[in-house]
Amino acid sequence: MRSAAQALLRYSALLSQQASRTSAAAQAVQAAACLSNQRWFATNSHDIFNVHRHEAHNNWDTEFDFTDANYEKVAEVISRYPSNYKASALIPLLDLAQQQNDGWLSLAAMNRVAKVLDMPEIRVYEVATFYTMFNRSKMGRYHVMVCGTTPCMLQGAKGIYKALKEHLGIDYGQTTPDGMFTLGEMECMGACVNAPMIAVADYGGGVEGFSYSYFEDLTPADTVAIVDTLKKGGKPKIGSQHRSKAEPAGAVIGGKWVPSKPTPEQMTLMGEPPGPYCRNLDEVPAAQAPPAPPK
Amino acid sequence: MQGRSVAAAARQLRRASWLQAQRGLSAQPAPADDGMVEVFVNGQATKVARGSNVLQACDAAGVDIPRFCYHQRLSIAGNCRMCLVEVEKSPKPVASCAMPAAPGMVIRTHTPLVKKAREGVMELLLINHPLDCPICDQGGECDLQDQSMVFGSDRSRFTEVKRAVSDKNLGPLVKTVMTRCIHCTRCIRFAKEVAGTDDLGITGRGRDAEVGTYVDKLLTSELSGNVIDLCPVGALTSKPAAFTYRNWELKSTESVDTSDALGANIRVDSRGVEVIRIVPRLNEDVNQEWISDKARFQYDALRYQRLNVPYIKGEQGLQQATWPDAFAAVAKAAGGLKGSEMRAVAGRLADAESLVALKDLMNRLGCGDLRVEGGSSDFDADVRSSYLFNSSVVGLDAADAILLVGCNPRLEAPVLNARLRAANLSGVPVAAVGEAYDLTYPVEQLGEGADTLDKLLKNGSEYLKRFKGASRPMVIVGAGVLQRADRDAVLQKVHKLVEKADVVREGWNGFNVMHDAAARVAALDLGFLPSPRARAAKAAPKLVYLLGADDYSEADVPADAFVVYQGHHGDRGAARADVVLPGTAYTEKVGTYVNMEGRPQSTKTATASLGDARDDWKVVRALSEVLGAPLPYNSLEEVRRRLADVAPHLGRRDAVEPPLWLNGEYFKAFAEKARKASTGGEPLASSMPHFSAFYQTDSISRASKVMAKCIKARQQPVPGVRAASAGM
Repeated sequence: MRSAAQALLRYSALLSQQASRTSAAAQAVQAAACLSNQRWFATNSHDIFNVHRHEAHNNWDTEFDFTDANYEKVAEVISRYPSNYKASALIPLLDLAQQQNDGWLSLAAMNRVAKVLDMPEIRVYEVATFYTMFNRSKMGRYHVMVCGTTPCMLQGAKGIYKALKEHLGIDYGQTTPDGMFTLGEMECMGACVNAPMIAVADYGGGVEGFSYSYFEDLTPADTVAIVDTLKKGGKPKIGSQHRSKAEPAGAVIGGKWVPSKPTPEQMTLMGEPPGPYCRNLDEVPAAQAPPAPPK
Repeated sequence: MQGRSVAAAARQLRRASWLQAQRGLSAQPAPADDGMVEVFVNGQATKVARGSNVLQACDAAGVDIPRFCYHQRLSIAGNCRMCLVEVEKSPKPVASCAMPAAPGMVIRTHTPLVKKAREGVMELLLINHPLDCPICDQGGECDLQDQSMVFGSDRSRFTEVKRAVSDKNLGPLVKTVMTRCIHCTRCIRFAKEVAGTDDLGITGRGRDAEVGTYVDKLLTSELSGNVIDLCPVGALTSKPAAFTYRNWELKSTESVDTSDALGANIRVDSRGVEVIRIVPRLNEDVNQEWISDKARFQYDALRYQRLNVPYIKGEQGLQQATWPDAFAAVAKAAGGLKGSEMRAVAGRLADAESLVALKDLMNRLGCGDLRVEGGSSDFDADVRSSYLFNSSVVGLDAADAILLVGCNPRLEAPVLNARLRAANLSGVPVAAVGEAYDLTYPVEQLGEGADTLDKLLKNGSEYLKRFKGASRPMVIVGAGVLQRADRDAVLQKVHKLVEKADVVREGWNGFNVMHDAAARVAALDLGFLPSPRARAAKAAPKLVYLLGADDYSEADVPADAFVVYQGHHGDRGAARADVVLPGTAYTEKVGTYVNMEGRPQSTKTATASLGDARDDWKVVRALSEVLGAPLPYNSLEEVRRRLADVAPHLGRRDAVEPPLWLNGEYFKAFAEKARKASTGGEPLASSMPHFSAFYQTDSISRASKVMAKCIKARQQPVPGVRAASAGM
């Protein structure tokens, strides 16, 4: 039922978007569409349309070019691939362009990459719209992405989302008025053992200052603290907030860190491991013994 | 490297023969390798060429495989999954279009597994397909509709809401309803591979994927209409014909296109007296299965600007008249004139029958001043090979080096350009002398002016060396060259190049002329050219007969001459005329047209002629009676017999008579004649330098609203872009 409602919302968003092409209306539509917090699979929460609409800051007249320093990087990336397969450098170059362009790919940036790689523009648009880590609309300085895949969800990702939403005053796909944070969702980032987690991309410092950090073992309070530290210009602790790596030291349960000291036998690999044990696969179960060959 | 692999191959061979000996097989002769592979389709042994896929093998066995994304002229995508079949020893059903046929493969196409698999695919395709067949223009000729009758379910298990996709504006020709799209990517592959304008793609992913251009953009191809035929559903349909027909209401007539000199084979679909649409007809030797946008969409002009009654110029301009009055007016004007005071000019759409009738009539009246419009009237047409596309259109596929001289095939013959592009993609280098045009593939520009040919002819010329090295070199001379004042001098240089580079050799004639008008070759074949005496004559004619000629040069029609215009559209010629005789357009008559390679083909009557209009040869025949020089034929068969008398190869339809080269003797004589001529400095330009010339070429396309819209759209192909980067 819920998904049907969302589909209707998206449909109406498309319709009204077709009707009104002004960028303000398009933004309002986008914001409305973003209010349904879960949309279709692997859709960028900030880029819900897969076609380009001209906006004041993103149209044919917008300009983009790599800096000289970045052109050196471009040359290095292209040199990794055979000259007749130059297009292989597409994804690294789009990433580079995105870092240089404050975290998003304008039409001009994609066209520039197409030009550098000597390929049709549409082939660049195809790739940029396919991958959710390429942003095609303007981003805040920090892109805060909440993992909502099963392990994180079971460990309290919803609480993290709620805390961020209330603290920052924005929903998925939106940016704070001061341009500091864009809230987003994402699929599994592989840090499940330290769930729940968020990833924060820092687009403030261009290519040199770019960072993409995980913050793990989060409680809602931790999350708010991280965001506040970032806002003040500080550097929050990267990785797990409560343990050193992924050792068995506890877990986030009900929005609180609950430490659990392992027993001595859990801390060594020298002795007989405690159960449960695997059954012996070589042993033929008696009931399934092969029938005697016919005489 | 090579030596090592040869040694390895030899080792392998020895080992293989040793293995054979061990198995006692060496005594048996190896099966002859005929390049064929034997597979079994539903138990029936079928041989297909090596490299074929399973789908082609099934086709060869006469087993129908449903498909959406597979198309024999496009690369294989394998993404619709509708062509699933069962192959023995394969655990899952395989997509037959993407699976190569292997020797001894056992293929089953009618098993329960295959049926179930295809039903599953069909269910998924229909999940997001709207149920709007009643208002869809593809309804009745839709692959999805047809195949859902076999593999579709009568109810849906899908309880969510269907997705919606915003429509794309692809210009005035192709209408899009993108919600209907099933993502077969045929249009994308066509644009990329055949048309060469890489603007279409899939953006987004998963359920949000959509086909489009991402940014608003026009399809800037002269072949864009073909995506309508390629689209297996109703996502891409004809914009001009939207909501005007149901395909089962239409009567189909197999005909020939006259919008360019290629003579693309078309099917004219009509309802009553109206042409509703024009689609291509398969002919591997001419147009494969593509036609240009002009051929496809100019038909709306058959409703506008038509001449349906005779007109006589009176006090207040042209006045409607009857046939007897019009003929009487012509007879009165011609009454006191000698034959040498008359002239006939044939237009670019004239059929061979009317040409021969008019030639006979003028000759009987003692007039030898016969011309074709477009400036090449003093062309010497003694030898067919001097004005034909000698390599033939199919021969183009065999060429391994191509030199274009002053032509723009993209606009002059877009379908031929697609063939050139295919050759280029397969590695054939294309070079050009003359103005640079965007031909959708890389062209080596050797220079603009005729002096470039001199440079090429020098012994040290690097290009000449390369061109000579080719085994099947090809020179293509554009119609623009034939219309130049210094034509003879330029042609002489081209002929020198032909000689020097051995372009004509045993079994290969690489000298080609690419004409830009449907009537041109027939006119030259029939000798519709001024006689030597007419060429020498200085006196201006007092009566000019325009046979559909609208692009005549002012010099051909003196200001004080009495002008008779015979044609089907009110254009420049009719406006100038004193008497207008209404003829029929190519969809209304049976007429012979000879394409640029010399292939006579016939149009057929799809719709009845309009009002009082009559077939052109009949008009000339009737007029001959009034002028007192009756022509000796009364039926189409008799005219065609006369055609075959004048030019025997015109009696054999749909076949190309290989033109004689005469060992180049003719060109030696030609060079002798043109020795004194010198070339001008202006660049060798195409007769169609700009897209507006392509969309508005003759009296039909000039009357077409759709073609006018195309020009307007092409002036700004990318909305919102600065004009400088808009390109061609």
